[in-house]
Amino acid sequence: MIDMTVVELSRWQFAITAMYHFLFVPLTIGLSVMMAIMESVYVMTGRQVWRQMTLFWGTLFGINFAMGVATGVVMEFQFGMNWSYYSHYVGDVFGAPLAIEGLMAFFLEASFIGLFFFGWDRLPKLGHLAVTWLVALGTNFSALWILIANGWMQNPVGARFNPDTMRMEITDFVAVVFNPVAQAKFVHTVSAGYVLGSVFIFAISCLFLLQGKHVELAKRSMAVAASFGLLSALSVVVLGDESGYVATEHQKMKIAAMEAMYETEPAPASLTLFAIPGREPGEPAFEVRLPWVLGLITTRSFDRELPGILDLTEHAALRIQNGLIAYNALQEIRTDRTNEAARATFDQHWADLGYALLLKRYRADIENATPEEIVQAGMDTVPDVWPLFWSFRIMVAVGFFFIAFFAFWFFRASTGRLDTNRPLLWIGFAVLPLPWLAIELGWFIAEFGRQPWVVEGVLPTFYAASGLHLSDLVISIAFFVTLYTILAAVMVFLMVKTIKAGPRDNLLAPDKDDDDFVMVGLPPAQAKQEFGA
Amino acid sequence: MSSIPLDYETLRLIWWALLGIILIGFAVLGGRDLGVGALLPFAARTDAERRLLLNLVGPTWEGNQVWLIVGGAAIFAAFPPLYAVSFSGFYLAMILVLLALILRPVGFKYRGKLKDARWRAVWDWVLFIGGFVPALVFGVALGNAFVGAPFALDDSMRISYSGNLFGLFAPFAVLCGLVSVTMILAHGGAVIAGRTEGAIAERARNYGMIAALATIVLFALGGLWAAFGLDGYVVTQATDPGSAIDPLSKTVELQRGAWLGNYGRYPWMMIAPVLGFAGMLLAILGFRLRLGFGTLLSTSIGLFGIVATAGLSLFPFLLPSSTMPASSLTLWDATSSQLTLFIMLLVTGFFLPIILIYTSWIFYIMRGPVSAESIDKNPNAY
Repeated sequence: MIDMTVVELSRWQFAITAMYHFLFVPLTIGLSVMMAIMESVYVMTGRQVWRQMTLFWGTLFGINFAMGVATGVVMEFQFGMNWSYYSHYVGDVFGAPLAIEGLMAFFLEASFIGLFFFGWDRLPKLGHLAVTWLVALGTNFSALWILIANGWMQNPVGARFNPDTMRMEITDFVAVVFNPVAQAKFVHTVSAGYVLGSVFIFAISCLFLLQGKHVELAKRSMAVAASFGLLSALSVVVLGDESGYVATEHQKMKIAAMEAMYETEPAPASLTLFAIPGREPGEPAFEVRLPWVLGLITTRSFDRELPGILDLTEHAALRIQNGLIAYNALQEIRTDRTNEAARATFDQHWADLGYALLLKRYRADIENATPEEIVQAGMDTVPDVWPLFWSFRIMVAVGFFFIAFFAFWFFRASTGRLDTNRPLLWIGFAVLPLPWLAIELGWFIAEFGRQPWVVEGVLPTFYAASGLHLSDLVISIAFFVTLYTILAAVMVFLMVKTIKAGPRDNLLAPDKDDDDFVMVGLPPAQAKQEFGA
Repeated sequence: MSSIPLDYETLRLIWWALLGIILIGFAVLGGRDLGVGALLPFAARTDAERRLLLNLVGPTWEGNQVWLIVGGAAIFAAFPPLYAVSFSGFYLAMILVLLALILRPVGFKYRGKLKDARWRAVWDWVLFIGGFVPALVFGVALGNAFVGAPFALDDSMRISYSGNLFGLFAPFAVLCGLVSVTMILAHGGAVIAGRTEGAIAERARNYGMIAALATIVLFALGGLWAAFGLDGYVVTQATDPGSAIDPLSKTVELQRGAWLGNYGRYPWMMIAPVLGFAGMLLAILGFRLRLGFGTLLSTSIGLFGIVATAGLSLFPFLLPSSTMPASSLTLWDATSSQLTLFIMLLVTGFFLPIILIYTSWIFYIMRGPVSAESIDKNPNAY
């Protein structure tokens, strides 16, 4: 039998390390693009303050980037370490986008980041600008391929199960890449990163204005952040709506759970704006509903029904029964590979094989499952409703808030009133944690809402974990929590220190040499002299 | 599947070679930074010297480390069973590697941000661990591929594992770990000696020479051990190299000295150990003659030869099982599907040359010595 404690701890460890990793990633995505914008303005106008901005935000970017790299390695290793059956079962499909991410994106980003920091006086202006844009391009490509991998977990297209190798294999790579879920997620996620980057720069600039320090740098930074932030916030919400529409097609249970919608509603379904949970499962104790809205958002029609949770569990039980036919045929193929009749049966029913695996939680010999176990396994397809319901509402509220926030500040920036009102500046600083909240909740909805599946309809989460010992997990979780806590403290300390120190003047090569290659390397003979002395 | 222009067996061989190239790429490029990190507290004594070393590798180490990330991802994409078995089987060893890999980027980036001496002393040792531990553990892990790992597969390909952390440190595996550490130290010594002057370069030369000599002795010892003291694995009943099949369909036996069998069957493979020895010998010469690039080239050739020797000796095994030899993972039963291997070959064939071009360009831009002045002026200097 499967040790559910090990599974639960493996889930916790993945959740902790993934959410910690994603504190840094969106800031990297957002800041890299904004630095590239600032440096572009510097190259076009030649004004030093824009270079100073690029350098100052670049220093904070660097502190954050180191944490992103450090925690990102952990993510790659963990699939094999803690989710070895997952790695075997879907590695043929899932491994490819991860490897392409490394080849196409991470190599680009990590190779040029060194030149970004160390190349200021070894490259001409345009050369350095190109380097900065390549770093930004790398971070965004990186997000693309990671989200193609994650999109496949939500909507596993372009692959089928091979009985000879006992795993999922790619049949249509183009379908994997152009998975509509992945595309919607990509734009939604990078836009969220841009919003976060904008809020980060905006909030710290507000602080500078409140302290009356670095006013020129702060005002220009705020203007960039307000306009870039406004566009990005609009994009997050509009494309978040696209995610909702796409999810309806492929993950009906996730939508139903986010809406706490137990019964199927006649079309177009109403949107529950607010509700207080009753004793589950069933009706909330109190709720405010907007008629029609949900049905319109998710199906973009007046006549298509949204199925409720209870109907969906019944449907799941049917798929489990169908999956058992595939499972039994698979056992026959495994004992006699030439059994063509079993292969034909398997080909008809393989798409529900994953549903049969849900029974592995209750018994190893699932072909003997009782009807009660099948009903129970069908009920298992419902994720916990209330955390999803509330996470979704808070995330959306934050999204709308930032549209209003940046629209307001964009207006003030265009009328030249950025630093005239102190309470407003305090608010501008105080919103700093909000985008992180929304982004972490967004990932929580995406991943927790997919439970009990690690790959929707294909592989249950509990069945994907490695058969580790409890002590392994205890050691590794203690290790991650301790190390990550120390590093978080060190990072915040350095960030605060860098912000307090503020931008430095006259950094690196002086202005008049800007267009030359400034040779720090020196001609070899001269360098040896200076160096040896 | 007839639309794929390369047959399965060929694709598997190509991917086996590609994995070797990526791992050698990490040894040669990432090994620079691991070696410098491991030598940091010894080759450089003062803070100014240490900053010099860090800024020597500072602009390029992040890109170099991606060879490891891509190596891991390539194993995931092209050899999923190997990825699943090795990463979960070596769980606590992987945690050790992660400790090093988490601390390294942070150490590079954060050390120089405060002037406090204690702060910097702590990060110096962090960077030492970040260089030394991965070199050791990767060597030990490769050593375990020779000894065999205690895992078994059931018919659903679920893995059961009966080893623990200390079981990884079998004597032969420890020897492999030591070879890995000494070759990385020699390589790091060559990097430092080639781009610094004076006392620091002198120390790096001394450490490098000792490490290169130790590599030769330990590598030779490993060869003798594999010939006379170690049981190797042999496939006794093979499966078709071109078929889609799981690992359980073959039979495997243990034979004394079997790991050297390939050199009798394919004499051209001898070139790998020859390059391993020759590279390290030339490196000693290079250190003595105070060559810069020549020494680095020699240690690089040595690394290439040694890593290639490990891969060629194991062929066609990727990771044998000591508890259930039939579960052993080989090139013919532990790859991705033919289509995935083909797609990934196209992608790699396209991007790898581009990566090599821009990596060379970056090394070219950042060539030459580092001045103390440029370190002081740059707020992002390490």
